[in-house]
Amino acid sequence: MNTLSYLLLLTFSEGGEKGGSPLDVNPGVILWTVVTFIFLLLILKKIAWKPILNSLSERENFIKDSLEKADKAQKDAEKLIADNKVSLVKAEEEAQKIIEQSRELAEKLKTQILEESKSQAKKMIVDATSEIERKNAEAFNKLKDQVADIAVNAAEKILRENLDKDKQVKLVNKYLDDLKN
Amino acid sequence: MWIDNPKMITDTVKTALEATKKQDTSWIMHHVLDARELDFSPFGVIHLPQLHLFGIDISITKHVVFMWLALVILVVTFIFVARSYRKSLIPRGITNLTEVLIVFVRDEIARPTIGKGNERFLPYLLTAFFFILTCNFLGLIPYGSTATSNIAVTATLATISFIVIQVGGMMKNGVIGYFKGLIPHGIPMWLLPIMLVVELLGLFTKPFALAIRLFANMTAGHIVIMALLGLIFILHTYVVVPVSISFALFIFLLEILVALLQAYIFTMLSGLFIGMAVHQEH
Repeated sequence: MNTLSYLLLLTFSEGGEKGGSPLDVNPGVILWTVVTFIFLLLILKKIAWKPILNSLSERENFIKDSLEKADKAQKDAEKLIADNKVSLVKAEEEAQKIIEQSRELAEKLKTQILEESKSQAKKMIVDATSEIERKNAEAFNKLKDQVADIAVNAAEKILRENLDKDKQVKLVNKYLDDLKN
Repeated sequence: MWIDNPKMITDTVKTALEATKKQDTSWIMHHVLDARELDFSPFGVIHLPQLHLFGIDISITKHVVFMWLALVILVVTFIFVARSYRKSLIPRGITNLTEVLIVFVRDEIARPTIGKGNERFLPYLLTAFFFILTCNFLGLIPYGSTATSNIAVTATLATISFIVIQVGGMMKNGVIGYFKGLIPHGIPMWLLPIMLVVELLGLFTKPFALAIRLFANMTAGHIVIMALLGLIFILHTYVVVPVSISFALFIFLLEILVALLQAYIFTMLSGLFIGMAVHQEH
């Protein structure tokens, strides 16, 4: 028994003259640790963790939003560029078509005008010819009438003054003079 | 057999006992142990007030003073940091340092170990991490003392951790649901009594391991440094000075790593146990 007590004594003996071992538990320290830690937890929760964690998440959301926005903006811009390209091609085609169309129209118009003027000219020529012919015929008829009149007048005068030769000559001369006038 | 001769054993033990009493390890222990005064020798010694409450000795000790120092440092630092966040969301100066650590605790400890609902436990984990880290580092400065090398301090921190783990688990799963969830599904009925004992023991070993790990790590490094430096005085020769100093320096650098590592491990394991208590299905 003596041996056992010595062994126990050795096990729980305190090294050094001052006593105290690292395994000694001081109840006061426990109390102060609890008080300190709880106080620290409460005060830091209020003044630090809440605002800091909020700020961090706020910043993270801000960055996430910004990145998403930038991504969206880039996509939009790319879409816009693609759209622009498409519409540019379309516009070019449109312009080409318009030019083609107007060229065709001009061609058609040209031939039409040309034909029209040709036919008009032809018609004018025909008209002029017929007018000339008509005028000719009219003049001819007038001349014929006049010649007839003159002949009848001359015959009348000849018949009236058919007495002598002198008179006849004079008459013819006079008549000729009249005719001259 | 030696057991046949009780007289011999008694003598041996007696001699050993005498030896332990004679052996003066106070020059190492003085540095590691708690004390009732702040030793600033050769400049002087500040004696701390002795207090008693309901017959319990609640005197302010060296480690308590250094815990309070850690508290003051943390509060002042984080008032400054919180104010800097109010000014702008871009971290600057010391805010960069604290932000790295805060984000580390949040993203590398709380989120992977607890997962969903980690926001509730984040203030506790952050406080534990920064408090232990600051206490660890305070032991590395001259005239400093490591409060976390006091088993009472680490045991208390582990007990707080234990309470947070249990209360967290009970709040999530309900008191009965939590204790039901402790026993794994699909075990035979006859195993139930054994499993109950094993699981209940498991609940208490976790914080016990937390306390011992932190205490042992923080004490061991200091003892090794003191022992290496003590070689000079034990051997009474200057020859070992370069060896002692360089080895002590190496251990000191290791201590910086250990200070960080132990704060991380304590917080990480606390988070892990909280996660296990909260999400019992895993």
